[in-house]
Amino acid sequence: MPEWRPSAGPEALKARAAMLAAIRNFFAERGVLEVDTPLLAPAAGTDPAIEPLRTVFTGPGHAHGLPLYLQTSPEFFMKRLLAADSGPIYQVCKAFRDGELGPRHNPEFTILEWYRPGFDHHRLMDEVAELVMACLGRELPVERRPYRELFLERYGIDPLESDPSRLRQAAIEHGLPGAESIALDGVDGWLDLLLSHGIEAGLGQGRLTFVTDYPASQAVLARLNPDDPRTAARFELYLDGIELANGFQELVDATEQRARFAHDQALRAARGQPPVAMDEAFLAALQAGLPDCAGVALGLDRLLMRSLDAAQLDAVMAFPLGRC
Amino acid sequence: MLDGDPCSIIENEFVKPGKGQAFNRVKIRNLKTGRVLEKTFKSGETVEAADVVELQLQYLYNDGEFWHFMDPETFEQYQADANAMGEATKWLKEQDMCTVTLWNGSPILVEPPNFVVLEITETDPGLKGDTSGGGGKPATLETGAVVRVPLFIQIGEKIKVDTRSGEYVNRVKDD
Repeated sequence: MPEWRPSAGPEALKARAAMLAAIRNFFAERGVLEVDTPLLAPAAGTDPAIEPLRTVFTGPGHAHGLPLYLQTSPEFFMKRLLAADSGPIYQVCKAFRDGELGPRHNPEFTILEWYRPGFDHHRLMDEVAELVMACLGRELPVERRPYRELFLERYGIDPLESDPSRLRQAAIEHGLPGAESIALDGVDGWLDLLLSHGIEAGLGQGRLTFVTDYPASQAVLARLNPDDPRTAARFELYLDGIELANGFQELVDATEQRARFAHDQALRAARGQPPVAMDEAFLAALQAGLPDCAGVALGLDRLLMRSLDAAQLDAVMAFPLGRC
Repeated sequence: MLDGDPCSIIENEFVKPGKGQAFNRVKIRNLKTGRVLEKTFKSGETVEAADVVELQLQYLYNDGEFWHFMDPETFEQYQADANAMGEATKWLKEQDMCTVTLWNGSPILVEPPNFVVLEITETDPGLKGDTSGGGGKPATLETGAVVRVPLFIQIGEKIKVDTRSGEYVNRVKDD
């Protein structure tokens, strides 16, 4: 007989409902508007590290089928709202990612994403810390650690002035299993290996650790820092070794954004990954003018895991993929 | 298959920085050596699959060079060399059932049952009446293995042994 019961117990279901109520209360008090945008759309993010799931709509006007993507985050639609003068907005919705499944990954998960016109990413980090503490119901120390500092401390390597062979050497010297035989393309693949295997687990032990100033090659949709353009105004939040959130001082330059999409698409082609259509409506919104803003996406299932001290997502999700 | 050896995956953890390269951190047991090692792969990388099966086989006899086994259902016979046998030679008695791993049709790993009952063939007489078991003494079993047993155990008695630790469990009375 198939296992029909939920994998999360009643405590976890109540904690999830309480967390959603706390989030809505948090933003209502601050005058941030809740919005609702499509999960299904004809374009998606081009990031080669994030693979969207695909489906096809067949019906009126699309007798031969309209290819659609399940959104990997509500970012592009929310930025279109911002460009249309929505003011500060937030959304709680599902996000979908192909290929991601494990104790801390499920192909479908709940995301909280919000945007603050007029904020820079430093001010947004303050607000993220406040929201997380409101959800957890306890105070925690907060620290900010530049990406470069973490690598210097752990490996004695400057990630902004390095090359794949030196990073590979560091991985081997530090005994990262399989480092000698793995084939990674470029500096970023090696930085990801060194970060995920030698640094992440130690981040945010009993505190909220914001990793800041990512290398420009990992800017994604963040602005570059004007005082050091080798780095981007991007941050990630860790608690007890678990990555909870990713935020940007948002890129508002349409030309630069188009160039980054094109670069992503070239990378996808070079790696034999399927192409993803550029979101022209989003680019048009940037062209019309996105207000200066900072935005962040936070994984609510993982935050719930930390709140209940659970080691795996299936303790907080009623029906993870294995139970569907 | 890894570096020419068949391996089984014990643990496979998906690791991915939110916006970066995804990895699988894998714990692997080399089925030929039994050694456990850790490896990291890029997600989506492929490795050659190993033709490996695990069977419950009955141990028949040893001809001096090979140990012979039989599948009690198909009556098919297999022979294992000393390498595949490893520690199992210490514990196996004819007709015992074992877990045998076959790679491309030949045994590469033989695991004895977790518990075996064997007769004592040699041990010091010890003191009559001492049932405390404190201290103990070495005893040789019918298969040649030597285990520590309590002082009251005598030659000709049967004992139960945990083959994973090589330790005495209890005395077994004949019915």
